[in-house]
Amino acid sequence: MTPRSTYQKVLGWIGLLTVFVIVAFLILPAAVVTIAAFNDKPILSFPPQTWSWRWFGRALAYEDFRQGFFNGLIVTTWSSTIALCVGGMFAFVIDRYEFPLKSAIEGILISPLVIPHFTVGLGFLILAAQVGLSRGFAIVVICHVILVLPFVLRSVYVSLRNLDQSYEHAASSLGAGPLRVLATVTLPLLLPGLVSGWLFAAILSFNEFTASLFVTSQRTQTLPVAMYNYVREFADPSMAALSVMYIVGTAALIAFANAFLGLGKVLNIEQSH
Amino acid sequence: MNQQPFVRIFTAPATLCAVGFLAAMAAVLQYSLRAYVPGSLDPGGLTLANFADLLKPLYARVFLDTVVVCAMTAVVTLIVGYPLAYALVRVEQPILRSILLVIVVTPLFLGEVVRTYAWIIVLGNNGFINSLLMSLGLIGKPLQLMFTSFGVVVALVHVTLPVMVIMLAAGLSHIDRDYPRAAESLGAGPIRVFLTVTLPLSLPGVVAGTTTAFAWTFSAFATPQLIGGGRVNMISNLVYQLGFSSFNFPFAATLCVAGLALTALVLGLLRLASRPLRKIEVH
Repeated sequence: MTPRSTYQKVLGWIGLLTVFVIVAFLILPAAVVTIAAFNDKPILSFPPQTWSWRWFGRALAYEDFRQGFFNGLIVTTWSSTIALCVGGMFAFVIDRYEFPLKSAIEGILISPLVIPHFTVGLGFLILAAQVGLSRGFAIVVICHVILVLPFVLRSVYVSLRNLDQSYEHAASSLGAGPLRVLATVTLPLLLPGLVSGWLFAAILSFNEFTASLFVTSQRTQTLPVAMYNYVREFADPSMAALSVMYIVGTAALIAFANAFLGLGKVLNIEQSH
Repeated sequence: MNQQPFVRIFTAPATLCAVGFLAAMAAVLQYSLRAYVPGSLDPGGLTLANFADLLKPLYARVFLDTVVVCAMTAVVTLIVGYPLAYALVRVEQPILRSILLVIVVTPLFLGEVVRTYAWIIVLGNNGFINSLLMSLGLIGKPLQLMFTSFGVVVALVHVTLPVMVIMLAAGLSHIDRDYPRAAESLGAGPIRVFLTVTLPLSLPGVVAGTTTAFAWTFSAFATPQLIGGGRVNMISNLVYQLGFSSFNFPFAATLCVAGLALTALVLGLLRLASRPLRKIEVH
């Protein structure tokens, strides 16, 4: 064994150890919450003396969590579907055509990525008051559409870029009208991008917190807002139990998305060869 | 083919959204220039007094704290995120890669509240770290980790790490692997290859990641609110407090406008500083 290869091996081990420590840091809170969720006692203690499932039952039965969950479903379904339609259509025209104000509209719709959510939330709260819109679901949905649009736009735009336009040319040269080409060629080819864009938007909307805190009311509060209010008032492990369900559910969705859509491609981190 | 059959219909909803969003931002701007009428939800006449109030030590302090917390978080996240991004790009085994990817990406979608709550359990006086250290006999009484900037930064690093890793990995994955291979074949050791080839080529990703990390941290609310517990205040906490405790929406709006100006300034400076890097960007 040459000295160089020993040296490289040592470097390799150091690198592996570093990555291991960082992954441990990433997982630590989830692991600790899981342990805390099974603690039978109503106050926090490590390690738990006795174990139980009861906090899961309590979390599922807690009225604010239930209502928050169903409110979240309403807001998420509407906002991610609207964002998919608006963003999908717009991504299509920015990919294909030139038109006045193109980059201005695109810039405005992308800007929520760097504008703090508390500013967006405050803006829609004031706007709703100014135009006389009550604090119902409409304002929450509008706010969420704006917040998830950049992600939908990006996701659909990336799949449009990767689309082979010769299929469309073939269809139109065979006499199909523009609408027919769109419906029978472009849309089916875009389906994976549309699905991942919708999923992206739905997960983000369901978890959005800061802007929602501003625009929701007692009646329309979403699950993260209900959770925030709970953490401020109570310290029992119900919240830990709910967090565990949340983490498992989200990880399962991500793993599903990865298996069927290839997250690496969506996130643009595939190694180029 | 100069047909643009769908342009008008397809742009209309997006334009409507853009107009709505602009109206919301205009509402913030307009409120920031209105007087606060105590006890009333409606603002008073036009004034610049809100912006003058920003200079009061109390508020200047919050601005300074916010920038310090954001900068620290961005730098620590960069240092912690780089090795992970490197591993994510270089791991060859598909299963290991998928596991790593899911571990990195899941926290991104968990939302701030769940992650902040988890950190309360880790950092609290009866929390995981203190219980562990006490049972090992390393400390006699619990360390104060909650309600400190240290605790807030640790939790914020955890919140921003996924975005940083994704942006760094995007930068790293677009480096042509022939460059480091060429350096290797010319006799450079692994550390030298990394420092003189891979690292410089990944700098555009570093700038993008740091910029995003800064902006995201600036936007954080639940983490400084719950872990800072009023002792570490960021602009977001002040905006919420002003709006929902004292109903001083005009001044809350002023803080938002000033915050936007500050973010724009910092991001602009970062972009300016990174201008020489454009030359080495790989296409």
